[in-house]
Formats: sequence, structure tokens, C-alpha cells
Amino acid sequence: MGDPTGRREAQRRRQNKPGPSEKYELRADGPTSMGSLAYREDLEEEKNSEFTWEVQANNQAYNSQFKEKVFLCWQRKKYKKNVIHTAKYNVFSFLPLNLYEQFRRFSNLYFLLIILLQSIPEISTLPSFTLLVPLICLLTIRAIRDLVDDIGRHKSDKIVNNRPCQILTGKSFLWRKWKNIRVGDLVCLHKDSIVPADLVLLASTEPSSLCYVETADIDGIKEGFPEEVCVQPQEIAHAKALRPGMPILEHPGGGWKVVCEEPNSRMHHFVGCLEWKGKKYPLDIGNILLRGCKVRNTDTCYGLVIYAGFDTKIMKNCGKIHLKRTKIDHLMNRLVILIFVSMVVVSMALAFGFWHKVKEFKAHHYYVSAMHPHSVAVEAFFIFWGYLILLSVLVPMAMFVMAEFIYLGNSVYINWDQHMYYEPQDLPAKARSTSLNDLLGQVEYIFSDKTGTLTQNIMTFKKCCINGVVYAESFPRPRGDPRQGLACASPPPPQENPFLWNKFADGKLLFCNTQLLQAVRANQDWRVREFWRVLAICHTVMVQEMNSECPPNPGDQLVYQAASPDEEALVTAARNFGYVFLARTQDSITLMELGEECVYQVLAMMDFNSIRKRMSVLVRKPEGSIYLYTKGADTVIYERLKKKGETEWATEEALASFATETLRTLCLACKEVEEDVYKEWRQRHQEASILLQNRAQALHELYEEMEQSLQLLGATAIEDRLQDGVLETIKCLKQGNIKVWVLTGDKQETAVNVGFACELLSENMIILEEKEIVRILEVYWENNNLQGGKKKELPLQFKMALVINGEFLDQLLLSLRKEPRALVQNVNVDPLESWQEPGEERVDFLQARRLSLMWRTLGIQLRSSGLIPQHKDSKTLRIAEKQRERAFVELASRCQAVICCRVTPKQKALIVTLVKKYQNVVTLAIGDGANDVNMIKTADIGVGVAGQEGMQAVQNSDYVLAQFCFLRRLLLVHGRWSYMRVCKFLRCFLYKTLASMMVQIWFSFYNGFTAQPLYEGWFLALFNLLYSTLLVLYIGLFEQDVSAERSLELPELYIAGQKDELFNYWVVLQAFAHGTATSLVNFFMTLWISQDSAGPVSLSDYQSFAVVVALSSLLSITVEIILITKYWTILFLLAIFLSLCFYVVMTSLTQSLWLFKHFPKNFPFLYADLNVLSQPHIMLVILLNVSLNTLPVLAFRVIYQALKKPQRKEEVEKVISEEITVEPVPCIRRESRARRSSYAFSHREGYADLITQGTILRRSAGVNSDMLVDHTVPPDEPSGSMKESLWYPRKMSFLGRKRHSHHGKVSSEDMQPPSEVSSSLTMDGQAVCPSSPPSQQSLAIWIFTGEVAIFS
Amino acid sequence: MAMNYNAKDEVDGGPPCPPGGTAKTRRPDNTAFKQQRLPAWQPILTAGTVLPTFFIIGLIFIPIGIGIFVTSNNIREIEGNVFMYYGLSNFYQNHRRYVKSRDDGQLNGDPSALLNPSKECEPYRRNEDKSIAPCGAIANSMFNDTLELFQVGNASDLMPVPLKKKGIAWWTDKNVKFRNPPGTDPLAERFKGTTKPVNWVKPVYMLDSDEDNNGFINEDFIVWMRTAALPTFRKLYRLIERRSDLHPTLPAGRYYLNITYNYPVHSFDGRKRMILSTISWMGGKNPFLGIAYIAIGSISFLLGVVLLVINHKYRNSSNTADITI
Repeated sequence: MGDPTGRREAQRRRQNKPGPSEKYELRADGPTSMGSLAYREDLEEEKNSEFTWEVQANNQAYNSQFKEKVFLCWQRKKYKKNVIHTAKYNVFSFLPLNLYEQFRRFSNLYFLLIILLQSIPEISTLPSFTLLVPLICLLTIRAIRDLVDDIGRHKSDKIVNNRPCQILTGKSFLWRKWKNIRVGDLVCLHKDSIVPADLVLLASTEPSSLCYVETADIDGIKEGFPEEVCVQPQEIAHAKALRPGMPILEHPGGGWKVVCEEPNSRMHHFVGCLEWKGKKYPLDIGNILLRGCKVRNTDTCYGLVIYAGFDTKIMKNCGKIHLKRTKIDHLMNRLVILIFVSMVVVSMALAFGFWHKVKEFKAHHYYVSAMHPHSVAVEAFFIFWGYLILLSVLVPMAMFVMAEFIYLGNSVYINWDQHMYYEPQDLPAKARSTSLNDLLGQVEYIFSDKTGTLTQNIMTFKKCCINGVVYAESFPRPRGDPRQGLACASPPPPQENPFLWNKFADGKLLFCNTQLLQAVRANQDWRVREFWRVLAICHTVMVQEMNSECPPNPGDQLVYQAASPDEEALVTAARNFGYVFLARTQDSITLMELGEECVYQVLAMMDFNSIRKRMSVLVRKPEGSIYLYTKGADTVIYERLKKKGETEWATEEALASFATETLRTLCLACKEVEEDVYKEWRQRHQEASILLQNRAQALHELYEEMEQSLQLLGATAIEDRLQDGVLETIKCLKQGNIKVWVLTGDKQETAVNVGFACELLSENMIILEEKEIVRILEVYWENNNLQGGKKKELPLQFKMALVINGEFLDQLLLSLRKEPRALVQNVNVDPLESWQEPGEERVDFLQARRLSLMWRTLGIQLRSSGLIPQHKDSKTLRIAEKQRERAFVELASRCQAVICCRVTPKQKALIVTLVKKYQNVVTLAIGDGANDVNMIKTADIGVGVAGQEGMQAVQNSDYVLAQFCFLRRLLLVHGRWSYMRVCKFLRCFLYKTLASMMVQIWFSFYNGFTAQPLYEGWFLALFNLLYSTLLVLYIGLFEQDVSAERSLELPELYIAGQKDELFNYWVVLQAFAHGTATSLVNFFMTLWISQDSAGPVSLSDYQSFAVVVALSSLLSITVEIILITKYWTILFLLAIFLSLCFYVVMTSLTQSLWLFKHFPKNFPFLYADLNVLSQPHIMLVILLNVSLNTLPVLAFRVIYQALKKPQRKEEVEKVISEEITVEPVPCIRRESRARRSSYAFSHREGYADLITQGTILRRSAGVNSDMLVDHTVPPDEPSGSMKESLWYPRKMSFLGRKRHSHHGKVSSEDMQPPSEVSSSLTMDGQAVCPSSPPSQQSLAIWIFTGEVAIFS
Repeated sequence: MAMNYNAKDEVDGGPPCPPGGTAKTRRPDNTAFKQQRLPAWQPILTAGTVLPTFFIIGLIFIPIGIGIFVTSNNIREIEGNVFMYYGLSNFYQNHRRYVKSRDDGQLNGDPSALLNPSKECEPYRRNEDKSIAPCGAIANSMFNDTLELFQVGNASDLMPVPLKKKGIAWWTDKNVKFRNPPGTDPLAERFKGTTKPVNWVKPVYMLDSDEDNNGFINEDFIVWMRTAALPTFRKLYRLIERRSDLHPTLPAGRYYLNITYNYPVHSFDGRKRMILSTISWMGGKNPFLGIAYIAIGSISFLLGVVLLVINHKYRNSSNTADITI
């Protein structure tokens, strides 16, 4: 077993070394202490976690003694109850709190102030109701919305709080409600019940007191790993190895005491200790059942509540929603401020006009002189405020509330869309955020996770090549959903299931080749035999026997648990072809070879790692001969072949063809090892494995020695199946000028492979890897320096793709890591700052290099870069870093595709930040796993793929989709529509506000700047609320410029959004100009006509004038909106009709006698409309105004369009021709066969050690392990890769990241037949381990990631 | 700030696999509304489609304009009822405080408002402890010149032209909006406890001898109280009714206008005017409206022609793409 602890300690220290990366670790899944040390060490290192949280089981008196100071001398109990209130309001607090919330919004507060100002008679220019009525309406609408939301929350709170659970009261467990649970209670949970609070697991009915929980509710986990394990401290498990529940009932209260850290939000971290009978036992996260998990496969378990209610980890984790705001939102706010400022300026100008006029009034106009009792300055001051009130109608108050509803509506459409409904999972799309819709129409960068997002993470055995013969599927598989395929199990009906002869055949495997099957069953070719043996033996898969209820098919009972889906596919393939992997113990593997059971003794496992790129198993066959079975990347295997003959060439050809089909390949080889050779080797191997220094190196060399002169058996090809429609989606998005970057934790080869598979990469692209990037950046750098800091285009006109990995990024992103704020904020860096500095400083990793031949051929001027890496001071360094980042981003943005592999969750977020920072574009991140959460939170839009991996990504996302391909519709249809709608809405709203309200300013010039409102107060009050609202609302909710189908057909349409074409300052200016023009026409046309009008009812009196201008404005605006609406439905007609009806009804109401009689002051326009509109000549005036407003604009628009279109066409043609000229790029072959080595081996190393060390595990995860320790230590890799593997929690559920500390043994009950050997071995382990000193206990992190197992 | 945690998520168990595998599917309804597929007409405004509109508008507006213009010019022939206006310029009847300075309740005959006028009337609300009726600056500054029109006969004798005092205000004003204080007593009795506006010579109930045109419902008063929109305005003063179809209302000849000058406008550089006009179906003499119609009709026609040209020139291209917003 050696002494791994020391090494691990060292590693651990390395990890915990406070580096820049640690500083702003995002809580949800930052690398919390992944180390696997005992809690004492944690104690030392966790400075912030003081053990001040004491809980005694079932001792309320004790637990409630802890008080917490709240305010002054007022205290409350420290331990919260388990009641949760997510609702914001209750009956009494609703009104004040809601009003408070609402008046925190600037616009509401502003109007409140205006209304208050209005109550001052001196400056009250508008009737009080004019602003009050709309404000009250808007507040009410908003309050109702909040109320509905809150009622929903109350309901769900109630449901949650009233869930039943069993609490120990007295001597028995009684059914209580969740809300009754207090800290210190003992809770009994049954199968499938949900954990009500954070518990320390005390006992369970399962052997060794395990409890399996499903964390889907918290973050979910992959299918096939439905159970997470909470392992108990072994000692306690022993203590209760009596009967389930017994100890608890025997010792009510039990005397258990838990001392632990204060509640915190670290999901994967917990430190505490349990005191029982005077002994202390360490507790870590593996002993905790978190609230929200579901108990699975465990009949009953008992837990001690330590954190309840809002103290639980999940509740602590749901911090405040990070408010994301859209570009348009920002613009809107700036616009409102702009309007406000210009309003103040205009008011001042008008007040200045009044200054002059008031002198005249006071001196000469005797009929009003008495109205100006104050001095001129005071009067002007008053009038300034008066104008501020009067012109406040220009500030579009209703816009915000309406925009909110439009956002809401457009989000609901997303939820309603049938095309984004995923039937197999019964999962419609969901917009969790209702304020980002327009941003969906402006996305320029998509950062996509690979596994589970682009790919299904389902590996299918596609082809194989044995002895140079390629076997593909002999009958075509129906395309379509693989899950459905899985469901219907067997191959297509016309053919009988070819695996019927094999009772262990797994129906899920769809690969079948009759020819191959015959060959296998004939059992004549030794190569065929060995081929399948390699697959069946050389792996780290665990097997589990399920208690299936269908005896006729015992084969179904075998469930393989693999760290990587590739291995699972391979082993399953072998199983179907008659080489069934039945069981494994520490030192043996049991196979069923064509119906015959054989036990292979495992002599050595040479584990996979990313440098070796291969894995070997040394076994002694039943007949006694020793064989080495190897599988690995083709390049690696080919180097080690004994001979290269025809078969090898044929296989190589097959490999090439597999690669072009973007299949993941793996070469299989074997060799027979002589007994004496082995003995000699084993001797050295044992020596090497106890080396204290350079052990890894020594082992590596030994492995290398053994894995020589192999005999090639064949190759396998596995398809990493893309999700449905990924190809089309990516193609479509690319047409829409959206750049898709793949950020994956996967290895470079697999990532590139997927890149090819989804056509992000193509053969005619230059794929730039680290070295090339460095070179290009150097050239870029020099050019920049020589040109005095001027920005120069990167010399790239070719189709290029970037493939970079995490380490490289690590160096690149240094400066970002230093400013954690950049993560959250979209910092606009001053371009000057970063370019001024002559970049003389080189950064270490950018070694001075000459350009390669490749770049010479591309005609890049070479300049020797004799610059020596040097650090000056931190500032220049930082600038250099920034410059480098900028250069990198610029380079990357010019590439057709960017693939980042081996990136950590944090790096994913950093990349997003980087792009946001330097490109100032809208970014979208899509992912499905917990490792995508950072990225999803950082990007402007986060999309969670609700797939197999559960909820973590989804709960942090803004939009939830079931499939990647729905992204296309989400962006191109919903996004584009939303953006277009919001833009059009804003434009219309601005226009209508200005067009109707600007007349106030013009009127001022005719009323002596006395701030007399032109419109009737009620018209002002209702105009924005009723008369003109429905139409703009219609535009915001229903407008479609082109149909959904056309949007998808023409992704180019999407570009308008990226360029902010529909709403920018220019558009605002247009709307402003248009509005001004309309108001001018309405006012002055009416004015000129009125001067000559005659008759008792003429235009010349104030009320008639007001009515005519008001109606002209309203109709002009209505006609304008009608004309720009492109989607006329019945609703549109209804909206027009209702708007006009509202005008008619409300006008006749406010001008009615009844209201006049009662409130003569508030309703002075008695019958004004009636009188005015009964005059035909006045109708003619209105008609004139409306047509003058409409016709020229309409004509201009049509002419402009007609003239613009041909131009656009030319542009398009130009672009196309350009592209063609660019196309024939010298295709530079990469020297290595990089593509081919996309070997199907995606899991991390360390797995084999877990097997050989016997630290694994329990039966239920399918691990029948526990074997003799042959060699224990994983190769000590260079620190980088070690770090990487630790940082590399691909696809893991958060509970999956829990440390499962095993004290080196698993109880014998865990073991299932058929491993008689194992049980004795475990017994042995049991006997040894508890007594062995801690340093000898092997502690393992066991991270089930679906693909990756991490070992430390 | 809402909590990210939604208890409902906990209840639902999140999107995948609802507990118990409920039979109810979450498939969205396939309705036209929810799928945004409402039957719609999508008008595409191109030169070709809007072209007829312009021609039609042009063809309609030009005749209307000509019609208005011609009628408006014919108004010179003073036939039919003749309206007599007085005009004031540089008089800010639309001054904010001035406009507000009235009590519509009082004018509507509200007895309480009669004795206790609205504060808006300040400083023309009370005089010597008596409430002013009608209160306010508007009423106080009522135009009080008297205009009399005489036709100079053959022998230089002056024949007064009969000027009708009634029918010059809006019918609704006269009959609904303005009401005298209720009661059957004589007006003077009903206005008891009030005093006349400061500038007035006589109280409101002595504006006219005709009971039906006295007090608040005096039409001259009503006309004045309907404030003008602009500082230069004219108000209807009298009506000269046509007596018979055979004779023009105001036959050609010399006329003599007698003005009793009471109303000071000199201080603010005001001007007074007297205007005589008839009205037709499109109001009074108003050449501007006619010209505007003709102009717009012509412009519309012209734009139609431009569009025709453009449509002809770019017909091929405009058929294909319609992707503009």
C-alpha cells in the first residue's frame, strides 16, 4: 500500500496554496477542498470555519440555549426552524413593502415627486389627476403581478412546510410536518422520501449503514448513476450493525453530539465531528444528507438534524438572483435620463422666455398683472418647476411597465412553443428569466459545453476492425432518437434478435454484424477471441447485479458502471458477442466466454493516463499462461507493435476511415508474456511501487517496458453521438453570424473530434494550436509595437480554427484572474490604456521565436523578435497581459471555430468574461452540467440543457431547453422576434410620446410661456394608459416581420440584432425627429387654420383647439402604428377598435354633464368634442393633419426601401464572391495524425488504483472490488496534469463531488456472489484497516462523473 | 430581490421526470394563439402597393381643396347670415393663471359656489366681503365695448342694422354649462349677497334686459368666458340675420360703425378689430384650408408619380426580398 498519505498531503498543499484562482472562487462549484484528509487537517486549514455549531441529539433544552444577537439586547434562538418562507409578503406587509419596492424604482419615485410638486398651487400646471391616475394604475398593475407571484410562493412554501416526516418524540417516531423539525431532532426517512433538512446520517438499514440518495432535485445526476452514496463513518456503522433503528430507540437522544462549522453555502464541504460515548468521529460532507435529496434504495435511515430551514446548504446556496440586464435596458435607461435632462433644459429655456414675458404681463397686461404678485425672478423660478411638471408627460413612464409585460409575454411564448417541446422527456422549453428576451436576438457568441449539450454522452459501438477486416453494422439502424431506440430495445423487427443465443446480451446494444457474429461463434480465429477478451478484461468497469424480476433473462441483471461511457460501450459490446464480464475482485476478473465461465487472475493493472494514452492489464489465463492486454490510442499502440504487416496497414486504413467519420477509435493489442519475464518484472514492479521518490516515473518506465512488441488485434470505433439536429443548428447559427465556441473539460482529441463531427471544424481549415497561436500573437504584437501602438488587423483571411487547452488559457487569463470584478461586470477597458505602452516586455511563456515556415508562406513579414522575457513592474506587466488577452480575443474572434478543451468551470467563466470584456458583445452560454454553472452565470444569457445531468445548470440558467437544437429556434425565432418587438415597441412608444406631447412646447410660444397645458387633463391622463397603449402593446407582443419558418430559412436576418440595427441612437434620433415633425404639423396646421375660422363653433377657442390637436395627434399616431405593423391579425383590429372606443367612451364620459355638475373644476371640457366634431370643416382639418403626417413619411419609407434593396443585393453578392476567392487556401496538414488519435478513452486515470487498492466501494454502485494490492500508486504526474485532473470535474453532480472517505475496506455484506474470493479478501481488509494507523488508511476521493474519476 | 430558490422546484422535482410519472403531459397546447400562428394579413408596403393610395388621395384632396377654396372666396359675397366679430390681438386669454381664474361651479348656478367662489378666482374672488359673481380674472376682464352698425342711407341717414344678441354661443354652453342661480325670484334677488366684478360697470344680472340673456347665461358673457387659444383671436359679437331670400343681408353700400370705447387695450399694445363674415358648410372664410388641401393633394399625386417610376424601375428587385423592418 505504500505510504500515499505523504504524497497526497503534498499534493493537497499544492492545491490549497492560495493562488490567484482561489480568491474569487465561485461558491457553487469551485474547487472546494477536494483533498481527502481527515477533518483535523481541514480544521487547521479552514480558518473561517470555527466549530461553534453544537447540536445535541434530541435535546431541545440544550440546543435552544444558543442565542444569537440580533439587535442590541434582543436575542433570538440561534438555530432556525425548518420552516421556510420564500414568499416576500404577508397580508399586512404587502402594501407597505410592495409600495416601498416599487418606489425604489427611479421612474416611479420621479413621478411621485412630480405629483408632490404638483400639489403646490404656485407651480401646479397640470390637474392633479393627470399624473396620479396613470401612476396609480401602473402601481396597481405591478402590485397585482407581484401579488400573484407571491401567492404562488406562499402555496409552494405551504406544501413544502407541510410535508410529512417522522420525528423521534419520546420513544417512537411520530409523523410530523417538516416545519416542526428542529435542530437536534432525530428524523427517520424511508425509501423515496425527501430529506427535509441537512442531516448527519446516523444509521440505515443498509449494510454498513450506507444511504443512497438521489440528488436530482438539487442538481441531478446522470442516468445510470441514480444513487449517490452517503457513507457513514465506519465505526458508527459498526456500532449499529445491530438492527436498523434499534440503537436510536435504545438511546433516545442517543447522547450524540455534533460539533461543526456554522451553516455555509459550500455544497461540497462540511467539517464537523460527532461525539458519541465519549469518542469523537470526524464528519465530512459524505456523512451529510442534504435537504432536497431523495432517499433511494434504502429502506430506512436515521439522521440527526444539524441545519434546518434557511441554514441548510441548499437554502444558503440560493443567493440573490444576479440581475442581468439587457443592452436595450441600458439604452432605455440612458434614454430616459437623456429625455429628463433635455426636459430640464427645455424647461429652463421656457422659463427664461417667461422671465421676459412676465415683465410685460406685470407692467402692461392689466388683466393678468394681479396674477403675478411675486418678483420676476420668483415667478420665473416657479414657472421652471411648472414646466418641469408639464413636460413630465414627455418622460415615458408607462414604457417600463409595459416593457415588463412585453418581456413577460415573449417569455411565455417560449414556454408555449411546441417546437421546443421535447417529447421523450416531456419537457417544454422554459424561460426562467423574463427580462432577457431581446438579448436573445443579439447573441454573437455561443459558448457551448460539449458533453450532454452537443453530444448525447451516449457512446455507441459503431464499428470494429479485427485482423484488418472492418465490421460495420450489417443492417441499418433507424435514425431517430436514441432513447427511443433504447426503449424499444432490440434491433429492428424484420430481423430476429441475433443475440438470442447469448443470455447475457444487452438489448441496448444496437451494433450487430452477422458476419462478425458468425466469426465469433465459430470461435476459430484466435485474434477474434483475443479481440473480445481485451475488451472484456482490459477496463475499469464495475459490475452490479440487479435484482431483476424477470428471471428468464438473467443477462439483464448485469449492470455495468463505468467511469467513462466509452468503456461501458466496449464492455457491453464484448458482452453481446459472448464475452461477458461477470465480476471482478481485487485480483481477478470473471468472464463468461461463449457460455463458459473463466476466471482470469489479474497480475497488474497499468492504468490509463493522458500521457500514456493506453491501458494494459496483465492477466494469468485460466490455463496458466500470462497475457498482456492493451488498448490505447493508435499512435501509441503502433509505436509498440512487434511487426507491421498487412494486417497493420489494413487496420491503419480502417482507422483513417473511422477518423473521417469522426468516430472515436481505440487500438487493441495483446502479447503473451513468458513466466520468467513476468517474475523478473514483478520483482522490479514491487520494488518500484514502494519507492518513496520518483515512484511514478519508475512505474511508468516499468509499464513501458512491459508494453512492448505487442500484437495488434484490431481497432474499435465508437460514436460519440451528437444530439439530434446539432449539425443543422450549428450551421444555421453560423449563417446567422453567431460564433460557436466549444468549451469542454474533455481532452483535446475528443474535443477536436466532436468539432469535426458537428462541422465546426472542417478539413480545409487551418487549425491553430498553442504554438501557432503564440506565434501569431507575437507577430501581432510586433506589428503593433512598430506602428506606434496602432491597432492592426490580424493578418488572417483564412478559414481558421483555434484549439486551445486549459493550461494555455491559464497563462493567458492571468490578468482576468486578478480582477475578480471582471467576472461580474462587463468592464469596458479603455483601449488607449492598453495600447499606449510599448510592449517591450515579453511574457515568459511567449518565448521569442521566429515565425515558422507556414507563416512565411502566408506572406507575413517576419521580424526577429529579440525581446527577452523580463518583468518590469506589475503595472507594465498587467498592461502586457491585457494586451495579450486582447490580441488573443481578437485572434479568436476571427476564427471560424474555437474549441477550448480541458478547461475548468472557472476557466469557462473566464473565457466568457474575456470575450465580454474585449468584444463587448452579447454572449450566450449553454451547458447542462454543474461544471457549466459558472459559465452560465457569467454569460449574458445562460441556457441550461435539462437533460440527464439534472438541475444545477438549469437552476442557474435563464432559459431551459431540452435539446441543443432548440437553441436555433430560441435565437432565430424567439430571440429575433423579441428583439424586433421590443425595438419596435420602444420606437413606437418614443414616437408616440413625442408626437403627442411636444405640442406643449410649441404652445408655450403662444401663451406667453405660462406653462398652460394644451390638452385636456383627462386626455393627458388616459392617452398613455388607454388610447395609444393597446397598439404598441400589440406590436410588442404579436408583431412578426417574417414568419418563424422564414426566420429559420434565412439566418442572415439575425445579423440585424447583433448590430443593434433596430434600436440605437440613430433610431432614437429618427423617432425623435419624426415625433417632432408630427407634433409640429398637428400644432401649426391647426393654428393657421384656426386663425381664419368663424362661426359659433370654431377652432379659435382654447377647448376646440385642444380637442382638434389632441385628436389629430391620436389619429396620426394610430395610423403610423398601423402602417408599421406588419402582422395584422384579428387582435390587431380589435386593438385599433378598442383604442378608438376607449377614446370615444372616455371622452364622452369626462365631458359628460353629470361629472361636470359634480366636479366642475376637474371636468371643464363639457361637450367640447361633441360640438367640435359635429362641424364638418373641423373634421376636414383633422383629416388634413393626419394625411400630412402620414403620406410623406409613407412615401419616403417606400422609396427608401426600394432604393436600398438593390444595394443590399449587390452587397450580398460581393460578400459571396469574396468568400469564393478566399476559399482555396493551402491546406496545411498537421504533422501528427491528430485526428486519428481521438481515441475512445475519455476517463481520467486513477481508476485502476481504486480497484487495485480495494478502496472501492460498495456493491450498489456496481463495484465489486477489493483486491490485493499489487501496485498502488498512480504515476506521479507533472503537477500540471495532476492539477488538471483534480480540477476537472466534468459532468459531475455536486454530491458526486463529495469526498467519500473509505477507510480501506468494505464490509463483507456488500459483496455479492460470484466472488467468493472477494469476500475472504474483504474480511481480511476489515480485519486490518480499523486497527491500522491513519497514515495507512487509504483515503480516496471518488468522484463519479460519468466520464471522469478523479483520484488524489 | 427574489430568492433563487424556488420551493416549487423542490416540489416538482424539477423538469425531468415528474414524480409518479403523471399521465399529464406538459406538451404545450397547439393553439394558433400560443404557437403565434394566428391567421394574419401581412401587408407589405412597397412602391407598387401604396401607389394607388397616393393617387386616390391626390384625386380626392384636390377637388376638396378647390371646393373649399372656391366657397371660401365666395364668402366675400355677403349673403346669408352675417356674423359680426370683434377681434383682439396681443391679449393673452390663454395665460395659465388667467385661464384657471374662473369657477365653473358658480357659472353653472351652484348656489354655494355663488357665495363662496373657488379659490382659483383669487384675487378676483371677493370684494368688500362680498363674493364676486362671476368671479375670476376672465370675467373681470370682459370685453365691454359696444358696437353698433348703421347703414348709411341715401340721404345720409343712419339706418341701424339689427344685430341679434342670441345664437352666438355654443348651444351646450348656453343651455347646459352656464346656468343662473336656481329660483324663480328675479335675477337680482338670486344674485343677492354677491357683488359685481371690479372692472364691471354693472352687475351680472343687469347685462341685458332679456331675462333669457341675462346673468350667467348672457351670451356675450359666455362667448367671452370661452377663452381663446391664441393671443390674437376673434370672438363672435352679433348675428345679422338674413331677413328675406331676395335681399342680401348686408347690401352693398356705406355703413357706419359706432363704437362705444370702454375697453382699454392700449397699455399692452393690443388691437381691436371688427370683422364681418358669413359662414358656409366649411366654416368661415378660410382660404388656407383650401390651399392646404390642394397642396397636399398635389404632393400626394406627385409622390404617386415618383412611386410609379420607382416601381417601374425596381419592380424585379422589389418582388423578391421583403426583409426590412
